[in-house]
Amino acid sequence: MAEYRLRTPISEDEARKLRAGDVIYISGVVVTARDQAHRRALELARRGEKPPIDLEGGVVYHCGPIVRQEGGEWKIYGFGPTTSARMEPLEPEFIEKFRVRVIVGKGGMFERTTEALKRFGAVYAQHPGGASALAVSSVKRVLGVHWLDLGMPEAVWVVEVEDLGPLTVTIDSTGRNLYLEVLEAARARAGKK
Amino acid sequence: MAAAAIRLPRDVREALERALEREESPLGRSILEAILRNIKVAEERKLPICQDTGTPTFYVEVGSDFPVKAELKDAIIAAVRRATREVPLRPNAVNPWSNVNSGDITGAGVPIIHWELVPGDRLRVRYLAKGGGSENVSALYMLSPAKGVEGIKRAVIDAVLEAGPKPCPPVIVGVGVGGGADAALDAAKRAAMRPLDKPNPDPEIAKLEESLLEEINSLGLGPMGLGGSTYALGVHIEWMHRHPASLPVGVSMLCWAARRALVEFDPDGSFRLIEP
Repeated sequence: MAEYRLRTPISEDEARKLRAGDVIYISGVVVTARDQAHRRALELARRGEKPPIDLEGGVVYHCGPIVRQEGGEWKIYGFGPTTSARMEPLEPEFIEKFRVRVIVGKGGMFERTTEALKRFGAVYAQHPGGASALAVSSVKRVLGVHWLDLGMPEAVWVVEVEDLGPLTVTIDSTGRNLYLEVLEAARARAGKK
Repeated sequence: MAAAAIRLPRDVREALERALEREESPLGRSILEAILRNIKVAEERKLPICQDTGTPTFYVEVGSDFPVKAELKDAIIAAVRRATREVPLRPNAVNPWSNVNSGDITGAGVPIIHWELVPGDRLRVRYLAKGGGSENVSALYMLSPAKGVEGIKRAVIDAVLEAGPKPCPPVIVGVGVGGGADAALDAAKRAAMRPLDKPNPDPEIAKLEESLLEEINSLGLGPMGLGGSTYALGVHIEWMHRHPASLPVGVSMLCWAARRALVEFDPDGSFRLIEP
């Protein structure tokens, strides 16, 4: 298990070097996107239009933050990860179309996303679920917000962070998926009982 | 609501600390350490423990001699609006047809309020802030009664395997048996809200709770479903009589951020925060 400090934009080589179990800290820009934002970005891309932000080499964070406007600026009060499973049907196409390099979330993703991460050279990293106050500590400032009509949790927040982490690489670009490995072993144990 | 968003009940905090002492998986340990650090940071910086501040759910026991009754619903809704602004909490009420967020945590049927009329002159309000990740893995099994206790245990294990990493484990597993479909799920959620240091008062049921806890943790799912011996901090069962033809089993899980509060009001309006 190695530890890496990554700065955005992240190259394909950097992402392919990461292995399941590695710990990473991310500095630079992360972009939040949940299911509604994934859906809208893909609808635009399918029509040949561009989403409002370039995601190549970027970090997508499955997160619906708590944000409050104070004196003309957005201030973040909650910045923990949401359950990534909801994005599973949309993520493979999202990775292909936008070439993101790190997806951050919690609860893991499944076969189709694992395949896409392998094919396009990206990883999935877990932020400890529920550890929102820790994540807030890494926030420097909100750079912008798009699609606020989707509501605060579903909008796309562009956030500058310093050392967001510790994040654990749980699905790497070699096809290893720690969640599926643990689940498979648990099912086998339950079956034996 | 503010206290519940920022501070965990003592029994949950202590259970997480004990889990760290026992957990042997290095990744599981690092997750539990991050969780405990997060609890500390949230309390110091007065930040919500988790960004998903949940669907506000209230269990209200109104004393028959408590002077305020019909106005309580509006008072609760006003409190939810104020807490959303002031803590702040995340606006978590979305219209299912238009997907428009109401902007606070009120809307059709939200907050969720359960009422009970009890003897006496006090008002007790129990509050639960339950996030979407744990709510999404709720399960209902309408078993054939012939499946018996073994069937009930299998249903709980199946619910855990289906939930896997999704509900932010370590979780508290609530099981509701009997009653009917809605009653079993309601009992399951109430069971999950019972403090971790309070086993079911019936020793036979308490034994079943203990053995289910061991069985769940021996599956090896661990914290966040990434391996280890801490998937559940506790298993709680509540039961009711069943219809001769039915054996409903409801399963409801609380994530480790089990944000409960309990407030008691005297008839003169003075109140005490009993937990957290």
